[in-house]
Amino acid sequence: MKFKVNGHEVFASTGGRPFDKKKPLIIFVHGSGLTHMTWVLQTRYFAFHGYNSLAVDLPGHGLSSGKSLKSIEEMADWVSEVIDAVGHKKASLVGHSQGCLVTVECTSRYPNKIKTLSLMGGAGAIPMNPELLSLAENNDPKAVDLMMDWAHGPAGHFGGHPVPGLYHINTGTMLAKSRTIQNTLGVDFRACDNYKNGFEAAKKIKCPTLSILATDDKMCPVKEGKKLAALIDGSQVDIIDNCGHMMLLEEADRVLTVLKKFITTNYPPLSS
Amino acid sequence: MSDKKKELKPNTYKFDTLSLHAGYQPHKNAGSRQVPIYQTTSYLFDDVDHAAALFNLERGGHIYSRISNPTVGVLEERVASLEGGTAALATSSGMSAIFLTVMTLCEAGDHLVVSSQLYGGTVNLFRLTLPKFGIKCTFVKPRDTEGFKKAIQKNTKGIFGELVGNPGNEIMNMPEIAKIAHDAGIPLMVDATYQTPYLCKPFEHGADIVIHSLTKWMAGHGSSMAGILVEGGKFDWMQNDKFPTMIKPYEGYHGLSFAEEFGPTAFTMKARAEGMRDFGPCLSPQNAWNVLQGIETLSVRMKKHCSNAEEMVKYLSNHESVAWVSHPSAPNHPDAELANKLLPNGKGSMIAFGIKGGKDAGVAFINNVKLASHLANVGDTRTLVIHPASGTHSQMDEATLKFAGLSHDMIRLSVGIEDIDDIKNDFEIGFRAARKPRLVSNQ
Amino acid sequence: MSKNKHPETIALHGGDYRSDPATTAVAVPLYRTTSYQFNDTDHAANLFALKEFGNIYTRIMNPTNDVLEKRVAALEGGLAAVTVGSGQAASTFAIMNVCQSGDNFVSSTDLYGGTVNLFTHTLKKLGIECRYADPSDPSNFEKLIDDRTRCFYAETLPNPYLRVFPIKEVSDIGRKYSIPLIMDNTAAPVICKPLEHGAAVVVHSLTKFIGGHGTVIGGCLVDGGNFDWTKDPKRQPLFNEPDASYGGAQWGVVVPQLTGANVSYAVRARVVLLRDLGAPLAPDNAWGIIQGLETVPLRMKQHCSNAEKAVAFLQKHKNVDRVIYPTLHKGEIGERSKKYMKGGNGALIGIEVKGGVEAGKKFIESLKMFYHVANIGDARSLAIHPATTTHSQLTEEELLAAGVTPGYVRLSIGIEHPDDIIADLDQALGASGKPSLKAVS
Repeated sequence: MKFKVNGHEVFASTGGRPFDKKKPLIIFVHGSGLTHMTWVLQTRYFAFHGYNSLAVDLPGHGLSSGKSLKSIEEMADWVSEVIDAVGHKKASLVGHSQGCLVTVECTSRYPNKIKTLSLMGGAGAIPMNPELLSLAENNDPKAVDLMMDWAHGPAGHFGGHPVPGLYHINTGTMLAKSRTIQNTLGVDFRACDNYKNGFEAAKKIKCPTLSILATDDKMCPVKEGKKLAALIDGSQVDIIDNCGHMMLLEEADRVLTVLKKFITTNYPPLSS
Repeated sequence: MSDKKKELKPNTYKFDTLSLHAGYQPHKNAGSRQVPIYQTTSYLFDDVDHAAALFNLERGGHIYSRISNPTVGVLEERVASLEGGTAALATSSGMSAIFLTVMTLCEAGDHLVVSSQLYGGTVNLFRLTLPKFGIKCTFVKPRDTEGFKKAIQKNTKGIFGELVGNPGNEIMNMPEIAKIAHDAGIPLMVDATYQTPYLCKPFEHGADIVIHSLTKWMAGHGSSMAGILVEGGKFDWMQNDKFPTMIKPYEGYHGLSFAEEFGPTAFTMKARAEGMRDFGPCLSPQNAWNVLQGIETLSVRMKKHCSNAEEMVKYLSNHESVAWVSHPSAPNHPDAELANKLLPNGKGSMIAFGIKGGKDAGVAFINNVKLASHLANVGDTRTLVIHPASGTHSQMDEATLKFAGLSHDMIRLSVGIEDIDDIKNDFEIGFRAARKPRLVSNQ
Repeated sequence: MSKNKHPETIALHGGDYRSDPATTAVAVPLYRTTSYQFNDTDHAANLFALKEFGNIYTRIMNPTNDVLEKRVAALEGGLAAVTVGSGQAASTFAIMNVCQSGDNFVSSTDLYGGTVNLFTHTLKKLGIECRYADPSDPSNFEKLIDDRTRCFYAETLPNPYLRVFPIKEVSDIGRKYSIPLIMDNTAAPVICKPLEHGAAVVVHSLTKFIGGHGTVIGGCLVDGGNFDWTKDPKRQPLFNEPDASYGGAQWGVVVPQLTGANVSYAVRARVVLLRDLGAPLAPDNAWGIIQGLETVPLRMKQHCSNAEKAVAFLQKHKNVDRVIYPTLHKGEIGERSKKYMKGGNGALIGIEVKGGVEAGKKFIESLKMFYHVANIGDARSLAIHPATTTHSQLTEEELLAAGVTPGYVRLSIGIEHPDDIIADLDQALGASGKPSLKAVS
């Protein structure tokens, strides 16, 4: 569906179900240079099981208009405005990669609005390799190729996509190249690199929190994810073997099962 | 970091590696190194919730082997990876891959612009069968790049062609025709059966959908029928209102918008969820496995196919019984420059040549070669010959025959991977018989 | 061998295959080849011009598939058959062989959910309109005919009501207008022969009872050879107007001339649709189905007698609100099962579990031996909850029109020992009646 935040049109996938104000809200926030489509194997399930799934495209990404936001803090405020814009008071947040920085910051800024927080491949800080950052800022498609290489574990590299017929790396590559690289990936990478408040923000989080980490994640290694989780009171951690940073696609079923249990327990659906 | 000085380079797997590994992980299949053949129709659901989730496309997985099968799935991913595509859908023949592609794109009242130099079966589909279901086509000669532009109408939904035309070896200017298609907001579909991704990856030259008859060089051994459609993932289905069924909520799937939900894989998802579900031309797991086996040797076979073909072009060009030879490797080929650009790894193994003495000589040649097989196929590991005017294209009336660029003296040769001297020796027998046709034509 | 009247014999010997001409092997060889060597150029030309019949290319025909085709044709009492890649492809071909853009056909409302999708949504995009008639009154079919109606379509033993279709009544109406009746006989091979009752064409999903083991996907069309395609040329233009793709052949005329048999429907499906649309059956799958076909008469007996025992048990069970089975219908519809079914009433049973959706779900999830899969006609017993699976892509209106209520469960009774089948049903029904321990799921 489409709605406006700060005068700019925002696109969010509702997982194939019309938006229904009565149902509890889950907002999914994608990673650097990507779009709502990375969440397709989670959002449709929640949409069909008593929730409003809202997989947003950040400004300037995917099908959303406007310019990309330049800092994690701005993105965190923007997510909070999304909750207001769709007429809700509260939401559960699910973030992937850069989306984890955004949702951690958002939860610490608006503790009363956020019911649960789920982090996929998250870390307290995501410092960028300077060369990769420079490639992305110079609009070099190699930045996407490098990111896709590092972001995928064995499943992504060899294949074995949970949806028959789909091939991981090329799908991710086309997604990341669907808009101008320097305006999406370039801005996002710089925002990640600049963001230093992750660990401090984590200490303020009081809502139920889940971290899903993967052993072959080269972008946000398990060690970093655990460091972040340790700062959040009562945080749950789930670690997936033989899987890379794109766990929400590489091990979509496993992620869904864990996420489902966590969210339905802490933020029950509207029973039909 | 110690290796900071080293240039960053993506370490994604290369073509030869992908042709052996892509789409499959042994640890998820009882450790079996080779892909298992899942000869099953159906798949157990964990519970009612799981079943419903699969049917609603809420999660990935298999329901029924008409729609998807794990063995077929490996093949689909492998071909997608080799082509550099995002997704693929395998079908029970190359023709059904073309048919499903058209059905996913078009409905009654729509129009396609189609290259006129096509496999005879494809010509029949576009010229005679699709119009019965309200889909009309305008044919354009492959070298007439501007002609593709002129033929585009308001209701045109795509451009379709074979990269190297059959049987005249005319090459369409894929990069320019792709630009024409994209300027008009429609996709370019390329049948790259004769090239395989080893010789050409059409997505790198602007194609949006690539179609293969896997029966041919991809499988290689002439044992199994199979087809596939592969999606490039670049085409934006939402840029205009030409593709409402890709964008608008689909009534057959609880209001699913394929373009919104699946983006770079939307076309394949729709082809499977609608076309394969309803029309049902599914590939059998056995055949998928045979094709996978074939793809493992694609690179080594294609090298030999191409080097044998180039040898044969030299041999035929200098032969007293041969009037003309057509192959993109021949220096006098009108598209030689384009061929070097689009087919840097080899020019394929399809040769057309004219035999001196016309139709009778052609018949005598075909009926007397011993090693080369006379049959209606191409891309076998074995050398194949046919005389189109009396075989594959015999269903065409005179006008269509001429339109397809055929002549009575033309012999079509699909060069195999036998020893090159054995092929040449066999041809000598054929040519000898062709020089005195009356003595042998009654055999 | 086709003159043998008994299905047990036809299943083993039907058609003209005795042994492999090359080696005398008795078991059917698996011809896993794409193409066939021509004898000479004349031979090639004759094959392509249909002056001579023979193997050209496996997309269009294959010797292994040929054995299966002749055997299924013999089993159904037809003249010729064409195998295709799936039952869905068979339904597609069945319609596309007679209809083109602007045409329509009349289908029974009682249909497999996948066929409803094909007819309602997908064929519509090709300009072919499906008009639905309620089969409880055969005259409903007549009311929907117009000048561009090309065929009738129905299933012998359709889910979910399991009302046996009035084959003769509807085919008689059709024949008055030169409209053929196409029967999907997937659920009732051996026990019903629609061609004997006036159907012109039979289609099968061979995946189901004929294949029998849940291993291969396949379909076929059987041409009854009992329909005059040329009687009203305006009614069947695809069989009477010249086909430019074959030098102007008029299929209804040229095929009987060439073959001496009225097999125009089968020949056109093969040389036009398989040629252009593809969808061939893999020879491996044909071989697998031939194997299954050999035991289909024996299996059908066991399927039917097990189903009868299960029906008797279910009718008495306190947690079952309703049992649906062909013989349980009242009045004329119930009588149809006697008229059309011989040697049994099929393996399919519908039940309404007491307690609606939740009880239905609980029942399915408590079954231990039955498989929860989207299939019917496996040798193993299967169960499914259509509202959440096979029919889940239909709207609520379409669901109700298709007779799928929330608590409805479809059973495909296998050939296990009947006591084991009943024991599994019993324990799952017991579980369905108990309150759920899970609070919110």
